[in-house]
Amino acid sequence: MDLLNAIVAFLNFVFVPGVAYGSQLALGALGVTLIYGILRFSNFAHGDTMAFGAMATILMTWWLQSLGVSLGPLPTALLALPVGIAATALLVLATDRMVYRFYREQKAAPVILVIVSMGVMFMMNGLVRFIIGVDDQRFADGTRFIISARDFKEMTGLREGLTIKSTAALTVVVAIIVVIALFWFLNKTRTGKSMRAFSDNEDLALLSGISPERVVAITWIIVAALATIAGTLYGLDKSFKPFTYFQLLLPIFAAAIVGGLGNPVGAIAGGFVVAFSEVTITYAWKKVAGYVLPAWEPDGLVQLLSTDYKFAVSFAILIVVLLFRPTGLFKGKAV
Amino acid sequence: MRALSVRDVLLFLGVFGLIAITGFTQSWNVALGILNMGLISAIMALGVNMQWGYAGLFNVGVMGFVALGGLGAVIVSMPPVNEAWAAGGLRVLLALAVGVAAIAAAIFAWNRLKNAGIVRPLALIAILIAGFFAFRGLFDPAVAAIEAVNPATTGYLGGLGLPVLFSWPVGAALAAGAAWIVGKTALGLRSDYLAIATLGIAEIIIAFLKNEDWLSRGVKNVIGVPRPVPYEIDLQNDPGFVERMTGWGFDPVTASAIAVKLGYTALFLAILVLLLWLAQSALNSPWGRMMRAIRDNEVSAEAMGKDVKGRHLQIFILGSAVCGLAGAMMTTLDGQLTPGTYQPLRFTFLIWVMVIVGGSGNNFGAVLGGFLIWYLWIMVEPLGLTIIEFVTSGMADGSWLKDHLLASAAHMRLFTMGLILLLVLRFSPRGLIPER
Repeated sequence: MDLLNAIVAFLNFVFVPGVAYGSQLALGALGVTLIYGILRFSNFAHGDTMAFGAMATILMTWWLQSLGVSLGPLPTALLALPVGIAATALLVLATDRMVYRFYREQKAAPVILVIVSMGVMFMMNGLVRFIIGVDDQRFADGTRFIISARDFKEMTGLREGLTIKSTAALTVVVAIIVVIALFWFLNKTRTGKSMRAFSDNEDLALLSGISPERVVAITWIIVAALATIAGTLYGLDKSFKPFTYFQLLLPIFAAAIVGGLGNPVGAIAGGFVVAFSEVTITYAWKKVAGYVLPAWEPDGLVQLLSTDYKFAVSFAILIVVLLFRPTGLFKGKAV
Repeated sequence: MRALSVRDVLLFLGVFGLIAITGFTQSWNVALGILNMGLISAIMALGVNMQWGYAGLFNVGVMGFVALGGLGAVIVSMPPVNEAWAAGGLRVLLALAVGVAAIAAAIFAWNRLKNAGIVRPLALIAILIAGFFAFRGLFDPAVAAIEAVNPATTGYLGGLGLPVLFSWPVGAALAAGAAWIVGKTALGLRSDYLAIATLGIAEIIIAFLKNEDWLSRGVKNVIGVPRPVPYEIDLQNDPGFVERMTGWGFDPVTASAIAVKLGYTALFLAILVLLLWLAQSALNSPWGRMMRAIRDNEVSAEAMGKDVKGRHLQIFILGSAVCGLAGAMMTTLDGQLTPGTYQPLRFTFLIWVMVIVGGSGNNFGAVLGGFLIWYLWIMVEPLGLTIIEFVTSGMADGSWLKDHLLASAAHMRLFTMGLILLLVLRFSPRGLIPER
C-alpha cells in the first residue's frame, strides 16, 4: 500500500508535470532545430516568437470569449490557435523579408545571423510588451481537471491523490498530433523532402531545382506554427507572462543541442531529457522517500537542488553532452 | 596611424553635447547620473569588445560577470557579521573545501584511470555522489545557522569591512575566476554553443546570488554598501561646504548631490582612461595583432604556431574581468546589491548593442557606443511618452486605446534598441567608429 502511495506521489509530482513540460520544450526545440537545419543559425528570438504567438492566440481567445463562443470542456484557445499561427507566420515572414534575407544573400557568417536575431529578439519582446503588457494573463477556460486529487482518493482509497490537469493532458495530446503531422510532412510530402534535401546539402538541392526562397518561407511558417502552439500550451498549462518565454530560451536550446541541432527526433528526445532532469533534481523527495522507507525519516526535504537552480540542470546536461558527444545524442549537424 | 579621426572626435563631442543638453534643460543631477552610468557602461562595452572585437568570442553571459563583480563589492566592503561567523562561518568554508576536494578528486580519478574501461565513469560518478552528500551534510546546517542570525538585517556572513575601492579589483578577480572555469569547459565549442553556454552560466550565477543568502542575502538585498565619496548629508552639515556653495550662488542641497556625483565621475573616468590606455596599447602590440590574426583565420594562425586555445582563454578571462570590475563599480555607485534586478536584456544584450553600434574591434568605438546607447536607453522612455502623448492628443480622454498606448509607452525602449541594432548591422555593420 505504501509502495502504491509512493508511486502515485511520484506520478503526481514528477511524472505528469515532467511529461507536460517535456512536450512544451520538445515543441520549442523542434522550432529551433528546424531553423538551424534550414537557415543555419541559432535563433535567439525563438522564445519571443513563442510569446508573440501565445499573445496573438490570447487576444483572439478573449474576443471569442466575449462573443460567448466556447468549446465546452476544452479551452477556447484551441479555436483561436489558427488565428494566432497565421498572425505569427505573417510576422516571421515579414521579419525574414526585411531582416534575414539580406544576410542570406550576402552569405553572412552564422554568428552574424545570431547577432541579428538578438536585434529581432529585442523588437519582438518590445512589441509583445507594448501590446499586452508585462503582467500575468489568464485565458484558460473549460474543465480544469481530468482527475482531481479528491476524486482519485475516493476512487482508490489511497492516501496520496493524483491530479491530472486537463491542460497537461491536452498539451501531450496536441504535441503528439503536431509531431506526427510534422514527421509525415517532412518524410512523405514533396515539399518536406525538398526541405530535408536542402538541410542535408544546400548546393545539391539547388542543382536539383529546389527553390531556396520557397523552402525558407515554408520553414518559417512551420516554425511559426510550432512556436505558437508551444507558447499557447505553455501559457495554458502555467500562465502567460512575456518574460518567462525569454527564460525558456535556455532549456529549449539545451534540448535542441542535447538531441543534436538540426535533428527533429533529437529535439523531441532532448526536450524530455531536459524536462525530466529538471523536475527530478529540483523535486523534494521527502514524501516519496517516506512511503518507500518508512523507517528513515529525513530531516530535510530530500531535495537535491532548490527549484531556482533548474537552469543549472539544463546547463549541466548541456555541458556533459557537449564534452562527451559534441553532436548530441542523435547525430546532429556539425558545422 | 592616428587612433581618432576628426569625425570620431566630433561623434564623442556630439554624445557629450546630448548629455549636456539634458543638463541644461532638465537638471545637472540627471545629466551626471547618465554620465556616471555611461562611464560604467563604456567599461562593460570595453570588456565585451576585447572578447568579440579582438578575438571573435561570442560571450552572452556578461550579466553573470557583472553580478559577480557586485558580489565582490559586498564581500570586501560590508562590515563582517561576527555572530554569523561564530554560528557557522568556518563550517561553511569547510563544506566548500570538501566540495572542491571532491571535484578535484573526480578530475584526478578521471585522468588516472585512462585505461580502466568501465571503472572510469563508475569511479567518477561514485566520487561525485559521495562528495555531494558530504558537502550537503556539512553545508546545510551551517547555512541554516548563519541565516538564523538576525535574518531581518543580516542573516549573512557580511564582508571584510575594507574600503570599497579594494573591492573593484576583487570583483574583477571573481569574474576572472568564473571565466576561467567557463573557458576551460566551453571555449573549445563552436561559437553558438559558446553563446548558449555563457547564457546558461549567467543565469546560474544570478540564481546563486538569489539563493545563497548566507553569502549575498539573496533577494533580501544588501543595502548600504560603503562609499568611496562623502555622503550628501555630511556635506550639507559641513559649514565650510555650505558657506562656499552659497558664496558661489548655489543651493547647498543640490550642490551636495552634484558634488557627490562629480566625485564618482572623477573616479570612474580615471579607471576608464587607464583601461582605455591599456587596451589601446595591447591592441597595437604584437599580442593584439596576433589576436586579430587568430580571429580572422584560426587555422592559419594555428599553422603559424600560435596557441589558439590558450589565447582565447586569456582574452576571455581578461574581458570578463573588465566586466566584473564594471559590476563592482556599479554596485558601489548604487550602494546596494539587488540580485533580483539583473536581467539579461539589460545587462547582456544591451552591452552587445553598445559594442556593435559603437564599432566592434575599436576600443574608442565601444566606449562611444557605451555612452550613446546608455543615453538613448534613458531618454527613449520620456521621448516615447512625449511622442505617444502627441499621437493620442486627438483621441477622446478615457478611451481604452489612449490609456493603453500611454501605459505601454514605457516598453518602447526595447523595441527601439532592437531597431537601432538592426539598422546599424544592416547599413553600417562596422559601427560608428570602425576598426582600423
